[in-house]
Amino acid sequence: MSRPLLEARGVGKRFGALVAASDINFRLDVGARHALIGPNGAGKTTFVNLMTGVLTPTQGQVFLDGEDVTAIAQAERVKRGLARTFQINRLFRGLSVLENVYIPVAEQLGAAPGMVRPAGKRKDVIDAAMALLEKLRLQDVAAHKVSELPYGRQRLVEIAIALGLSPKVLLLDEPAAGVPSSESHIILDAIAGLPKDIAVLIIEHDMDLVFRFADRITVLVGGKIFAEGTPKDIAANADVRAIYLGQATHG
Amino acid sequence: MSAADFSAKSVDTKIAASHPATWSLVHRHRLRWWEPLPWILAIGYFFLFPNHLGFGTEMLIMVLFALSLDLVLGYAGIVTLGHAAFFGIGAYAVGMLAQHGIWSEPISGLAIAAVVAAIFGLLSGLVLLRTTGLTLLMLTLSIMLLLEEAANLAQEWTGGYDGLTDVSISPVLGLFEFNPLYPTTQYLYVLCVLFIGFLVVRTIVYSPFGESLTGIRENVLRMHAVGAPVRKRLVICYAISAAIAGVAGALWAQSNAYVNMSTLSLDRAATVLIILVLGGYGRLYGAFVGAVAYMVLAHYLAKLYPTAWQLGLGLMLMTIALFARNGIIGIVENLLARRRGKAPAQGSGS
Repeated sequence: MSRPLLEARGVGKRFGALVAASDINFRLDVGARHALIGPNGAGKTTFVNLMTGVLTPTQGQVFLDGEDVTAIAQAERVKRGLARTFQINRLFRGLSVLENVYIPVAEQLGAAPGMVRPAGKRKDVIDAAMALLEKLRLQDVAAHKVSELPYGRQRLVEIAIALGLSPKVLLLDEPAAGVPSSESHIILDAIAGLPKDIAVLIIEHDMDLVFRFADRITVLVGGKIFAEGTPKDIAANADVRAIYLGQATHG
Repeated sequence: MSAADFSAKSVDTKIAASHPATWSLVHRHRLRWWEPLPWILAIGYFFLFPNHLGFGTEMLIMVLFALSLDLVLGYAGIVTLGHAAFFGIGAYAVGMLAQHGIWSEPISGLAIAAVVAAIFGLLSGLVLLRTTGLTLLMLTLSIMLLLEEAANLAQEWTGGYDGLTDVSISPVLGLFEFNPLYPTTQYLYVLCVLFIGFLVVRTIVYSPFGESLTGIRENVLRMHAVGAPVRKRLVICYAISAAIAGVAGALWAQSNAYVNMSTLSLDRAATVLIILVLGGYGRLYGAFVGAVAYMVLAHYLAKLYPTAWQLGLGLMLMTIALFARNGIIGIVENLLARRRGKAPAQGSGS
């Protein structure tokens, strides 16, 4: 049996009387391709925030690579290999594409606190950033301001920033959100090309993408895990179809 | 696309960094042909206007002060309206030591001012930089006003409202006398210090640390998400900036041979902010252009319209705010970009 990289044990979160998540048990193994789905307001974003350390759970524990990180801050979890992308782009809009990736890579390689050597002389950082951009076919626009790119390619930069952190676990929050269908194949290609050894959790509404990508699916409803299984199980589960798939574009 | 070579570490080194798209980042810290220009002009001023060196010294000091503000406001995006606090701390540190006969050597005086201002920047930054936006603006303002009031009340030390009027400074290096009436020493001394201060700021903004400051300015939430210790970086930057502002204040005290509450006032804090916005913030040379443009303009407007000169400044500021958000340097950048037929690759602000 493979080792869990990210694990939630009985995790829950209440905001006063509001229960946003309760009793979530979840694990993500090495090389996993896992999808998290659920109707609006099911607590998907809360779940991601609990895993990444933006929120502290009011019950349960979170483990990253075998260690209890429940009380550990977001920045430290990133250092230990947990990276995420955002549903709505959070890019360094005024900077070039290369600089957008330079920043996380500099953090990852420990270059960022340096005040004396020019950023341009850290060839190791620039090379690593350029290599990532080449993988995502962004090398030709590396010098462009990121805000000048079409939206689909901005979404790729969003993924590139997370990959720049050399993560063990990558959480993709609706990577194709807002991308016009003419461009969505570049996102699919990028996701298909993610390194096999990192565990990926994708939160997505696009059922096409989910069923193409995931080898396991968790359905979240009302802050609780409603069902979990292989794509086949989930597609065949009548309750899931009634609650979720029935309302979606795809059946 | 194989999986193994995706990670940030295993890369074919030579090919990537020589990619043409990396050119602007790889080369941006290199000296450009026009960069010696401000220094040539500053030395030219020394020979051309020997009777206006006092005014020149004041301009150079404001350039240094504006540079320190550019580091926090232009690069790190810390919105402050109280930067004169550090200017005043530097000025009073040097002034009090000299007035009370404790220490009058000028160069070590600057170091003392820098350390005192940096410590104050560090301590206040630890508290202030938990906040952002309007809250931060009001807190920086109120700390400065508290200091101003403290300077007013601690009369025994600070001279209160009258200030310190007998700040006599020893000759620079034991050789060059400070003479407030014919300030050749002051001008060259301030120019040298400005040059060093500029090199410090330039080195920082082009470093990976500087890059991470711009990251904080552009998207602080993302900086948290990439694991950057955001508040620590901001506090360090704030303390460095405070030290430079403290040196600027100390230079002001040394060259004028007095210190008064104007060094700590909202008027000074607002002036340096206007200078930076006028010249162009986040642009390194905005401080130079802004300080010279503001002070020359203020000087001539005050001569022409002694009662209403600030109206002219106000109109000019409105023009900048409405039509040239990136200041005078921004206008020049746009013109150059238009001549080359493309938009500038980098920029802040709008």
